[in-house]
Amino acid sequence: MAHKHIVHSYEEDLQALGRLIADMGRIAAAQLEGALDALGRRDVELADEVAKRDAEVDALEREIGEAALKALALRQPMAVDLREVVSAIKISSDLERIGDLAKNAAKHAHAIGNGAVAQLMPRIARMGELVRDHLLDVIAAYQKRDPERALETWRGDEEVDDRFNGVFRELLTYMMEDPRTIGTGTHLLFVAKNVERIGDHTANIAETVHYLVRGESPPESRPKGEDTAYTVVEPPTR
Amino acid sequence: MALASTLPKIVARDVDCFYGDKQALFCVNLDISEKQVTALIGPSGCGKSTFLRCLNRMNDVIDGCRVTGKLELDAEDIYGPDVDVVKLRARVGMVFQKPNPFPKSIYENVAYGPRIHGLVSNRGELDELVEWSLEKAGLLGEVKDRLQEPGTGLSGGQQQRLCIARAIAVSPEVILMDEPCSALDPIATAKIEELTDELRENFTNVIVTHNMQQAARVSQRTAFFHLGILVEEGETGKIFTNPGNERTQDYITGRFG
Repeated sequence: MAHKHIVHSYEEDLQALGRLIADMGRIAAAQLEGALDALGRRDVELADEVAKRDAEVDALEREIGEAALKALALRQPMAVDLREVVSAIKISSDLERIGDLAKNAAKHAHAIGNGAVAQLMPRIARMGELVRDHLLDVIAAYQKRDPERALETWRGDEEVDDRFNGVFRELLTYMMEDPRTIGTGTHLLFVAKNVERIGDHTANIAETVHYLVRGESPPESRPKGEDTAYTVVEPPTR
Repeated sequence: MALASTLPKIVARDVDCFYGDKQALFCVNLDISEKQVTALIGPSGCGKSTFLRCLNRMNDVIDGCRVTGKLELDAEDIYGPDVDVVKLRARVGMVFQKPNPFPKSIYENVAYGPRIHGLVSNRGELDELVEWSLEKAGLLGEVKDRLQEPGTGLSGGQQQRLCIARAIAVSPEVILMDEPCSALDPIATAKIEELTDELRENFTNVIVTHNMQQAARVSQRTAFFHLGILVEEGETGKIFTNPGNERTQDYITGRFG
């Protein structure tokens, strides 16, 4: 990518597409942060604000989709340019999902309350901060076209999955011991799952960055995912 | 049979080509697969047409043109001392950038080659062969009622398909096409491209094109030339999504190289 296009406006179109992705990524990360903040402080106003701002993320996805379609139709991109445009479409779709998941997580601020089980929220928030860091990292990797950095983030998703598995087990245990925690516990499960899904979409973006630069998927297989589908917690025996 | 189809139809090894003192090709090594379309791409003056013209010795008529290295068609030396160039060109036909029908009837344009090569023994066979060739070239439907009219009266796209019919009438094994669509409109271009794909059943095809999308559409293999050097050759899908060489990438994406 050392050389510039002969046609200036083509170069500018692709650069503009890249800037839109970076903007969208930063907004999506801010949305996650807002959601975690709202959940941590049970700040329903902030939660509503986060939900409202999701429209911005959606609008960016549409804008990127249109710009990408236009580039395909008018420029007929080849090789790295083609991967650039296809990657923009894929990344914006992952970011749009991240926005939705942040919005959905934020909404639970209305329902968590301050019961005993709510003390797990800070742990979920720390997991969320890790995910947000990954997201910001992967957006930086995208901007720098740095597949190594993207891969590092990609491998980091395993840590997120581990933390989610821990939170899941703990919530199950609480709920089994005391049915009064089931209400809040279920809400927290949704929040934790949403955050974990954001981590998955972030890992998708990391794979796309690798593909964008190298023209192929990451050389190794994806780090092991969350395994809560197989998790069984036995009820306490009395 | 299976073994034969895995052998390259044309093999080029360490091919250099000079026009007087000027070297136009540098040590080109390329295998051209049988019954596939190979696209040669590269900027003007890169040597792609020179290489194409080496394959049926069209360069012989150019004063001071000298070709060294090994060029083989079915493991036979194309530049061997015993090679009959007229027979070679019947085996390796050519279609040019500008359609160049003879100033004769549509029928005579196609009949000329089979007649001089003695491929037919009577008028009936010749009629059949002319019809078959025009049909293969996707032109018969448009001209069957006016075979005696001059070939030069056809539209550009029809003339080019007439030239393709003329080329395939002598049952070549290889067809070389040098920018066959650059003077044609998009519909005529699409017809030639469709034809290229169909001809793959019977012929090995090598096409020089400046149109990257065309190379991507019609070929299975693509070779990129730059400054007389074969920079990269590979599967077309790979060359246009993830080329291995930065110069290839710069060229196909429209960057300064």
